[in-house]
Amino acid sequence: MAIQQLEKHEHASRRTAPEITVSGIGKSYGATQVLRDVTLSVTPGEIHGIMGENGAGKSTLLKILGGAITADSGTMELDGQPVRIATPRDAISHGISLISQELALIPNLSVLENVFLGHWSNRGSLLSPNRDCDHFARLLEETGFELDPRATVGTLPIGQQQQVEILKALARGAKVLCMDEPTAVLNEAEKEKLLQVVKRLARTGTTVLIVSHYLEEVLGLVNRVTILRDGQHIVTEDAGGHTPESLVRLMVGREVDFLIPDVPQVPSEAGTVIRVAGLTSAKVKDISLEVRRGEILGIAGLVGSGRSETLLAVFGADRTTGGHVEINGRRIRPSSIRDSIKAGIALIPESRKEQGLVMSRPVGENIALSTLPARSWAGFVRTRREWTEVKDVSKSVDLRGARPGQPIANLSGGNQQKALFGKWLLNPPAVLLVDEPTRGVDIAAKARIHSIIVELAARGTAVIVVSSELEEVLGLSHRIHVMRHGRIVAEFDRNATRDEVMTSAFLK
Amino acid sequence: MTTTSVAVPSSAGKKFNLNFKDFGIVFGLAAIMLFLTLNTGTFLTGRNFINLFDQAAVVGLLAAAATLCIISGVFDLSSTATLAVSAISGVMITQHFGVAAGFFGALLVGALLGSITGLIVVSTKVNSFIGTLAVSIIYRGLAIVITGGSIVAPLPDQLASFQTWTWPSLLGLTAGSVLMLAMTVVLGIVLWRTTFGRRIYAVGGNQEAARLSGIRTGSIHVAVFAISGLCSAMAGMILASRAGSAQPAMAIGIELTAIAAVVIGGTSILGGQGAMWRAFVGVMILTVISNGFNLLHWDTTYQQVVTGVLILVAVAADGLFFRKSTR
Repeated sequence: MAIQQLEKHEHASRRTAPEITVSGIGKSYGATQVLRDVTLSVTPGEIHGIMGENGAGKSTLLKILGGAITADSGTMELDGQPVRIATPRDAISHGISLISQELALIPNLSVLENVFLGHWSNRGSLLSPNRDCDHFARLLEETGFELDPRATVGTLPIGQQQQVEILKALARGAKVLCMDEPTAVLNEAEKEKLLQVVKRLARTGTTVLIVSHYLEEVLGLVNRVTILRDGQHIVTEDAGGHTPESLVRLMVGREVDFLIPDVPQVPSEAGTVIRVAGLTSAKVKDISLEVRRGEILGIAGLVGSGRSETLLAVFGADRTTGGHVEINGRRIRPSSIRDSIKAGIALIPESRKEQGLVMSRPVGENIALSTLPARSWAGFVRTRREWTEVKDVSKSVDLRGARPGQPIANLSGGNQQKALFGKWLLNPPAVLLVDEPTRGVDIAAKARIHSIIVELAARGTAVIVVSSELEEVLGLSHRIHVMRHGRIVAEFDRNATRDEVMTSAFLK
Repeated sequence: MTTTSVAVPSSAGKKFNLNFKDFGIVFGLAAIMLFLTLNTGTFLTGRNFINLFDQAAVVGLLAAAATLCIISGVFDLSSTATLAVSAISGVMITQHFGVAAGFFGALLVGALLGSITGLIVVSTKVNSFIGTLAVSIIYRGLAIVITGGSIVAPLPDQLASFQTWTWPSLLGLTAGSVLMLAMTVVLGIVLWRTTFGRRIYAVGGNQEAARLSGIRTGSIHVAVFAISGLCSAMAGMILASRAGSAQPAMAIGIELTAIAAVVIGGTSILGGQGAMWRAFVGVMILTVISNGFNLLHWDTTYQQVVTGVLILVAVAADGLFFRKSTR
């Protein structure tokens, strides 16, 4: 027994990671191709950064390596041997562990129980916690973490939970760690600690693949970096020769793949419709902005930079702790959705399914939902009038072939999105807040939605557009604000370039 | 699902594509009734139908209220506890102020208790299943406190008029049955044609989307619980009227029968789906089965087995047909 343990110890401290080669990896979700023909090789013991814009396919690639999702095409080899990784279990058996943004821990179990979850040492069928404790002590020594094995995981700060996740991977003999945005949720001290541990693990032979938005951080850490753009592999190079700016250039150089309609100039006499002053919520800080009649303001930024939360705070859906919103000079009661709607603000939320539509109800009822009192008599819905108005608005948003009585769940994503626009067009708003207007819709619907936004602005609505697609923001907006860490950090006019905007979103 | 078509009258004509999923349960009820008609001489008689509706009155009222609750995304397990407290209050008020005052007093108490239940569930954000379970225990306790654990009855000279709800009225049906049918129709129309009804569906179907559409989701839930309390009080007065008394343990467990009836009718327990007629059909199925066991002189111990199987079949069908079509 003692010898066996000794061997195990040796094995643990000197990991021999395999050389990983993936070729021709492709993955689609419906009509959207998120990865196409990605070929990449990772040498043992290196720290390898995978970089790209929102939606470039970084996380997808990492998840394929970790077995969380399976590729549609392509092959994978470990040390020249073809392997098939279809489940996380397969990946773990080959020594590959995925640490995703959402940690996979059981909050009400102890650190020790989580680290050895499902892999407890046992003697006969009885658990043998002493051996686990010894193993745990060795893992701590190896990583330099300071964790109480008896602490309940749910009570630990997020940084320590992540450490538990890393220990769990190592306990299962991980030789390759795939980390998706590991630093996004950490504070400065935790971040520093994590980066040191990653370096330390690499020195003892563990390969680390890391996806991160933070360019300086990545450049200070990795040996090599792979750039993805629109699901395609652009380059894999030594990180040494790169600067943050050179990485951004590689990440963004893309052709515009759709046409934005001509956006008319805002008349110079157009007055300010919405003025937001110092608005602060749990997720955003000190947001101040103004939009004039007929103007489209774009908000760009990375995922998690507080773009959607800004819209929710302005709309009164998230509780605000400071600042205020004025519509045409009149202050709105803070954190009141009903007051916002009454003042003429409309919100098309980020997620149609979760925030926008009542999927169990028909198209017409969904469209009519926010303006029910406008077509009622003594509490009764005036169905005939509703029917005509819904039909008219459906026509104006090009919701063809959809009957108002049809379940909205049966419509395509594009038509569902048009129905959401229709909902707020029944009573044209003074201010339209749109979050990800064209996420997951096809090209034709996208073009139509863009022209709806532009037409609305032309008729005098002040529009704020949030999108992860930079082209969309650049193409639609008269002005652009860039957000980072819950604040507005930069402003650009219509002539801004992709590089300028991306640089301010990525860099401090 | 097709109940939604009622919102669009001009398409009603071509919407008569009766599919099994939507109206299967009606055929189920028809089949049971046909079977009983052919196998007994007594089922298809006016006398038996008056009896059937009278038996359905209490569960029918509770099921109508449960339909509103379930569609809006909550359960009310406190309904029969509210029923007991309201009926007891009704009897006590009757003793002092007469039968009419007693009846309206009971309704007031029911609506008040329902609102309190709603406020508790909404403000504590406790899951309604657990929240109303706790509230029901409190209300039952309250019923014991105010009665001292004993039976309460109206004064002897009030008894005859107190039993109004068992008297024959419209079409020979008992007044209790008529009250149940009237409430089913009224609440059915509320659900079907009013803005309140639309909001009930929206809150139950997607609470966040409803909130972002400017709907006060909390108020909708409180209102639904208040209506549930009101219906419970009506059911309580019918029961008290039948028995000539009220007591703390009355109607225990009937809230679950009501929920079962709603589910058998095909209203989705996930919320946002369903219709009032479904609750009525569900109630009639349960009542007709019980009636059939009596008429056929079958051992009524099997009746529970049949009811249980029926609930399972109804819920499984909901899962099989409905979820596939929306996810």
